Amino acid sequence: MGTLTKAKMVERLFEHLGLNKREAKEVVDTFFGEMSACLVANEQVKLSGFGNFDLRDKRQRPGRNPKTGEEIPITARRVVTFRAGQKLRARVEMYAGPGS
Amino acid sequence: MTKSELIERMVSLQTQLSAKDVELAVKTMLDQMTDAVATGERTEIRGFGSFSLHYRAPRIGRNPKTGEKVNLPGKFVPHFKPGKDLRNRVNLSLTQGNKPLSRF
Repeated sequence: MGTLTKAKMVERLFEHLGLNKREAKEVVDTFFGEMSACLVANEQVKLSGFGNFDLRDKRQRPGRNPKTGEEIPITARRVVTFRAGQKLRARVEMYAGPGS
Repeated sequence: MTKSELIERMVSLQTQLSAKDVELAVKTMLDQMTDAVATGERTEIRGFGSFSLHYRAPRIGRNPKTGEKVNLPGKFVPHFKPGKDLRNRVNLSLTQGNKPLSRF
């Protein structure tokens, strides 16, 4: 099965909504660009039905280089997490696996 | 930021499309992503991240009220992995403070 990419989303907006290719590309880019900008500004993104993108600040913790076994601290960091909304989770639960 | 606030921002950033068009476009994109994730198709947005399904093995759970054992079948759950660019920029915002960001 193929992979959904921005190009396929542009194609869909062109075919289904009649946007021209330039408009469609701009709207797809702005969609992901604005969500990114929001997360980078440390603000959560909530897309009802689909899910929420949250930010978590992690403290420094001890880690190891898996190759050498050498101990190196994993530095404090901010990460994005995604929690699927009810509608998306319900849809996914009906999926029985590849070949279904 | 909620979906409607996102739509408002997108409308304010461009001049070609009406608010209605942008709203419909956002709905179409989210429907397409939902369909892809729900059918096990991978979604990959360069810079932003990718969505895929992770399998959860069957296990024996307990009804927290009665303590009764219940068989929970294996299932799939949606998973998001932030792209390199988003991961780096979000992490930089931690060390550089939460100042408003330039958009790309």
